[in-house]
Amino acid sequence: MLNVGKIEEGFVLDHIKAGKSLELYEHLQLDKLDCTVAIIKNARSNKKGKKDILKVECDINMLNLDVLAFIDHSITVNVIKNGEIVEKKELTLPNQIKNVIKCHNPRCITSIEQELPHIFYLADPVKEIYRCKYCEEKYSPLSAK
Amino acid sequence: MRHLMSPLDFSTEELDRLFDLAGDIEHNPGKYAHACEGKILATCFYEPSTRTRLSFESAMTRLGGRVIGFSDAASSSASKGESVSDTIRIISCYADICAMRHPKEGAPMVAAEKSRIPVINAGDGGHQHPTQTLTDLLTIRSLKGSLGGFTIGLCGDLKFGRTVHSLINALVRYEDIRFLFISPEELKVPDYITDMLKEKNISYEEVIRLEDVMPQLDLLYMTRVQKERFFNEEDYVRLKDFYILDAAKLSLAKEDMLVLHPLPRVNEISVEVDSDPRAAYFRQAQYGVYVRMALILTLLELA
Repeated sequence: MLNVGKIEEGFVLDHIKAGKSLELYEHLQLDKLDCTVAIIKNARSNKKGKKDILKVECDINMLNLDVLAFIDHSITVNVIKNGEIVEKKELTLPNQIKNVIKCHNPRCITSIEQELPHIFYLADPVKEIYRCKYCEEKYSPLSAK
Repeated sequence: MRHLMSPLDFSTEELDRLFDLAGDIEHNPGKYAHACEGKILATCFYEPSTRTRLSFESAMTRLGGRVIGFSDAASSSASKGESVSDTIRIISCYADICAMRHPKEGAPMVAAEKSRIPVINAGDGGHQHPTQTLTDLLTIRSLKGSLGGFTIGLCGDLKFGRTVHSLINALVRYEDIRFLFISPEELKVPDYITDMLKEKNISYEEVIRLEDVMPQLDLLYMTRVQKERFFNEEDYVRLKDFYILDAAKLSLAKEDMLVLHPLPRVNEISVEVDSDPRAAYFRQAQYGVYVRMALILTLLELA
C-alpha cells in the first residue's frame, strides 16, 4: 500500500471518480503552479471500490475551485492548514466558467475566432444547464470532449 | 454606454419609452430631422441584408446623421483575416454608433465587449435579430393600441423561425396574451418555448389548419414554410396550401385583425391580400425605420 504524507497547507480533493484526477489537474491548471502535487490514482475506497485523490500543497487562496463543482459534485474538498482539516468546502455550481469547456456550435463566433475565450454561464441552476455566452447554445457533454 | 444584443436587453418600461419616442418621430418627423447632425452610423454587414441595412441607413439619414460601412464580408477587412474585435476598435474611431450583421452567432457581442461606441445587433446567424422584434412590437402597439389583451396566431415554420421565437419571448412579458401556434407537425414550435409558456401559465394551443382558428385571431403573424424543411415531397405538397394566406381564408377573420410578416414574402401571402386593410406587413416595414430612429437616438443618449 502506497503512503503519501500529510500536507501543511493546501487542499485534499477526495472521492474523485477513479481515473479522473489528471483531468482535474489540467482544469485546475496545476501544471502552472510551483507547488507540490500528489496524484493518487485508484486508491481503495470503502464507498466506491476505488477513487482518485489529489493533494495540493499551496496557499489556500491560490486555487480557484469553482470549476470542480461543474466537473463533479461528489468530490470532497478538504482545506488544510497547519496539517489539519480546517474546512470541508461545499461545492456550488459557478455562475461562469471560462476556457474549461468549448462551444461546439459551428455557427458560433468562437468557431472562427480562435483567440476568443470559451465562456459559459449558468442559465438554469436547477437543471444545471450552461450556455455559451456568445451564441447561447446549451452545453451538451455528449457533443463535447 | 449601452448596446442592443437581444430584444430582452430592454425592460418593458424602457421599451415603452422607446416606442413613445418612435410614435413621436412618426407624427413629428421635422422635430428630429437634425437630431443626429454631426453623428455617424457605421453599418458593418458581414453578409448581405438589403432591407435591414437600408432601414438603418434610412433611419440615420432621416435623423440628419451620416452613414459609412460595408455590405458584405468580401469588401471588409474580414476578408484579410481581421477579427471582429479589431474591426470594432477601428470602427470606434470612425463612427459614433454601429449596426452589425454577422453570419456567426455572438459576433456583435464580441464587438460590444471591445467597442467604445454603442453596438446594435442587426442579426447574428440564427441567433438574434432584435430590431426585427422591436419592429414587430412597435407595429402591434401602434396599430392595436397596446401590447397585451389579444390572441395572436403564429403561422408557418415555428421550429426554425428565429423571428417567431424572439417575438414570443418578448410578448410573454405582457399581460393577457394568448398564443395559437399554427404549423405542420414537422415545424412545431420547440419544446423549450412551450415549456416556458406552461411554466408561466400562459395560454397556448397548437393547431395544424389556419382556417380552424382564424375567427379567434386579433393578430396573425405569417412566416414562410420552406420545402427543404420537410422530409418528403409528399408531405410538403399536402400541407403547403394550409399555410398560404389568401382572400378566402382572410374572409374568416375578424374585421380588425392584422396580418404581419417579417418579409420578404415569397408566396405564403397571396398578393390579393395586399389591398385588404388588415394587411399590415408593408406598414410594419415603415415602423422598422421609426423604431431604428428611436433606438439610435436612445443609444446615442440624444433622446
